[in-house]
Amino acid sequence: MDLGLTEEQEMLKKSAQEFLAKECPKKLVRELDESDTGYSRDLWNKMAQLGWMGLSFPEKYGGNGGSFLDLTVLLDEMGYNIVPGPFFSTVVLAGYTLLEAGNEEQKKEYLGKICTGELIITVALTELDGTYDAASINTTAKAKGDGYVLNGTKLFVPDANVADYILVVARTKKSANPDDGITIFIVDAKSAGVKYTLLKTLARDKLCEVILENVRVPKAHIIGNLDKGWSVIQSLLKKAAVAKCAEMVGGAQASLDMAVNYAKERVQFNRPIGSFQAIQHYCANMVTDVDGSRFITYKAAWAVSEGLPADKEVSIAKAWTSEAFKRVAVLAHQIFGAIGFTMDHDMHLYFRRAKAGELAYGDADFHRDIVARQIGL
Amino acid sequence: MDFKFTAEEEAFRQEVKDWLKANIPPRWFELTTGYWQETDESWKIARAFQKKLGVKGWLAPAYPREYGGADLGHIKRLILAEELTYHNAPVGVETEITVNWVGMALQHFGNEQQKKDYVSRVAKGDIVFCLGYSEPNAGSDLASLQTRATEKGDEYIINGQKIWCSYAHYADYCWLAAVTDPDVPKHRNMSMFVVDMKTPGITVRPLINILGCHSFNEVFFDDVRIPKENLVGEKNNGWFQLAVALDFERSGVQTAAGNQLLLDFLVGYAKSTKRNGRFLSEDPALRNELAEMAIEIEVARMLCYRIAWIYKTGGHSNYESSMAMLFGSELLRRMTDVGMRVLGKYGQLMNGSKWAIGQAEIARSYLASLSIGVGGGTNEIQKNIIAMRGLGLPRK
Repeated sequence: MDLGLTEEQEMLKKSAQEFLAKECPKKLVRELDESDTGYSRDLWNKMAQLGWMGLSFPEKYGGNGGSFLDLTVLLDEMGYNIVPGPFFSTVVLAGYTLLEAGNEEQKKEYLGKICTGELIITVALTELDGTYDAASINTTAKAKGDGYVLNGTKLFVPDANVADYILVVARTKKSANPDDGITIFIVDAKSAGVKYTLLKTLARDKLCEVILENVRVPKAHIIGNLDKGWSVIQSLLKKAAVAKCAEMVGGAQASLDMAVNYAKERVQFNRPIGSFQAIQHYCANMVTDVDGSRFITYKAAWAVSEGLPADKEVSIAKAWTSEAFKRVAVLAHQIFGAIGFTMDHDMHLYFRRAKAGELAYGDADFHRDIVARQIGL
Repeated sequence: MDFKFTAEEEAFRQEVKDWLKANIPPRWFELTTGYWQETDESWKIARAFQKKLGVKGWLAPAYPREYGGADLGHIKRLILAEELTYHNAPVGVETEITVNWVGMALQHFGNEQQKKDYVSRVAKGDIVFCLGYSEPNAGSDLASLQTRATEKGDEYIINGQKIWCSYAHYADYCWLAAVTDPDVPKHRNMSMFVVDMKTPGITVRPLINILGCHSFNEVFFDDVRIPKENLVGEKNNGWFQLAVALDFERSGVQTAAGNQLLLDFLVGYAKSTKRNGRFLSEDPALRNELAEMAIEIEVARMLCYRIAWIYKTGGHSNYESSMAMLFGSELLRRMTDVGMRVLGKYGQLMNGSKWAIGQAEIARSYLASLSIGVGGGTNEIQKNIIAMRGLGLPRK
């Protein structure tokens, strides 16, 4: 048992902290939150130069050959600084789908360009009922000539507004088992018939509606096997859930740090409010949530990284961290009092993301259901 | 990072499991003695078992071999503690106090003679200590204790009252905190002593706990004369010694393992019991609650594992121990509450009732859970420690 980071991971963590403190100040976060693109090309290029996009991908595709656990360390820090932009979509969602299911040619082309920062790619999975269930996939892909024609509406697609390509999860066959007959296509976002609309969301993250209307896709753009895409998505959802937990752990840590610092400085009744037991006990609850979330998240990330089944670990992490980050953010707001309720203050940036993080890749109820099955119920 | 145990550690876990299966007497399970539910019979069985454990070196696994320990590493101790609890072995608060508090403190602060006199006997399971810490007016504010130890000739004369002394009616010795210099401020006025419980002037009076059992006592000291050499460590340095003793390694993994035991029982019950025409395990609300408990047990376990890992890597845990205790004890209360809901109206039946589920473990744990989170430092004190020592929040 070793619960510590490696020397390289410590270095990565430290350099990410230093880089983001300088390059991703809250002023930029606010600007990007309020913008339509939601990302800064300049910051994106700098992150690519640091090798972040390819951190956990094999060297033969231009990556650094790191592990999923290395990426977890980075996402933890990105969550701490709430870095806006399509990093998660491109690296976690698209990158790992391509790595797992793409053929050599596709990996060289798309994963290679993800690693260099040249391409932004996202995954269009969820549809109108907003679940992560195979039965909810109603977007159709019908064979025509040597390609397919896609029709349907995707909802809650992150960063489609800036994506070069979209990995579309579509139904190629109707069958009694909804898991069967799902195929993943890589679609040029500029293809005729692809239309996106930015959704106005609580976290001001860039989720989109993507309408596909008679979008023609060549056969060669199938990622993985025809009709067998759902197992790829299931595997992806596990990684995405843990990766989101890593961001949330970072966000929770930041909320705690901000609140504790404030409690040490803010004076009422001639003493710092952090000397009052009510505030101290809030902080004790918060750090317990932060530490607990971090350990179970890293345990799940480790299991994923090692290629273990990890279903239980992942769902434990996502169920707990989803709730824990919210609790921490609410208590942090309580400690900040009225000032935290303003747009000028940074706290709302975290409070919003706590809710968005909870809703992504299965909320606590969704994952508790999986845990129930895992413990034999 | 690596969250798995080594092959050698797994083999050790198996060795412990096998040994426990072979060595816990069946009668112990018939008695189903939970926390704070000792009887004279269960106490005898427990003491005999602890001696066996002592021969194996597993009663005080952290102690050096010369004192009867096994010199076990931190991770193996963690595994041993986990399995002892999960198998409901006859070890409890008395071993925690005697081995991990008193025996460790004696090794730290005792002189050579004291180490020789007591430490090996602790490790072998030959003697049991009770704690003489709390007083009627010194609970969480322990430094306000008033029991006096007055130096006179070759002796100290002790006068005062202690309370919540677990198993004082069985204990061989009391590990006593008493004021030795009333003229200086708190924190610099008291010392630690070993007191033979057979010394004249000691009166032990039972306090019957919420389960109707006799575990706690009031202990009265009336002109109790003890030899001077029973002072442990420096005179008036007791508070420091107490504070150091609080930092001795305690992973607290017993709480996680105890919760796991309850959860496994409830999952088995839910899968085999029908209510309203369907198995309880098919009830979405109960599934959700039991899954939440499985999740929280995993959190609790990791917070405990962290402590062992901190020590393994040469560190020292302080607020981390408080966090593990805080989380584990609150979890036990939630766990037993969920358990009562799973059992429905049957949950309220106590052992002895013919309709009780199992041996009413859930109902008894529901009552017993109140003590965890109070004894050994209340959860509020743990939160103070986390906030001030862990997060650096100001005292004033």
